[in-house]
Amino acid sequence: MGDLSEFSLPIRMFLRGYRWRVVDPVPWAPLRVPLARARLALFSSAGFVMPGQPAFDEGIRGGDPSFREIPSDADPAALVDTHRSESFDHAGMQSDPNLAFPLQRARELALRGRIGSLNHRHWSFMGSITAPGRFVAETLPRMAADALADGVQAALLVPV
Amino acid sequence: MCNQAVCLAAAELERNGISTVALVLLRSVAERVRPPRALALPFRHGYPLDAPNQPERQHAVIEAALRLLETPAERGPLLVDYEPAPPARPA
Repeated sequence: MGDLSEFSLPIRMFLRGYRWRVVDPVPWAPLRVPLARARLALFSSAGFVMPGQPAFDEGIRGGDPSFREIPSDADPAALVDTHRSESFDHAGMQSDPNLAFPLQRARELALRGRIGSLNHRHWSFMGSITAPGRFVAETLPRMAADALADGVQAALLVPV
Repeated sequence: MCNQAVCLAAAELERNGISTVALVLLRSVAERVRPPRALALPFRHGYPLDAPNQPERQHAVIEAALRLLETPAERGPLLVDYEPAPPARPA
């Protein structure tokens, strides 16, 4: 199990005193269609960008609240790791971006018929957001509205 | 922080009627933040889908998440621990 012991002492102390956001009430949207007919989208906090897209900015106080769209036909190997955190090992996801942005795995699910289809775009953000006010108030509603407009019915969310 | 971010994103999507399942690398964060459905992973940060260049192991994690997504329930939060399959014994 991942636990706080992975992190340096300053990060552990910060996390122990951190006031986590609480989802209350917990929203609940059961699948309305079988997964084999549902459209799936990916959301990853691993900070990947497409070549040519601006990197996420670690210099923004409280964390960069922006997102990047990743097209479904992107080459996973071309994704660029711009997550600036040094609190985890980047080697695995740099070797294989599917480890934290499982685009190829999701395509395989669609080919097998495990999911109905894969959305034409997916969403990437950088999860090291200590002050998530703008992320919650602006970024998330925009991503959700875009996903809803695309007809997304199911979402897999991946941290790093 | 990554765990909190995906949990909050899951909640917003779910408020909009999109069914979600979030992977989490810190169970304690999911217990506090309370995303609708979460699969707690036994892997270190940086390795949410187990191992790089191991499609079957990555698919095993995703399949467990999809099964959670398909779990009939009337309300959340649902928080389930992922249990990797034991390594195959040599023949």
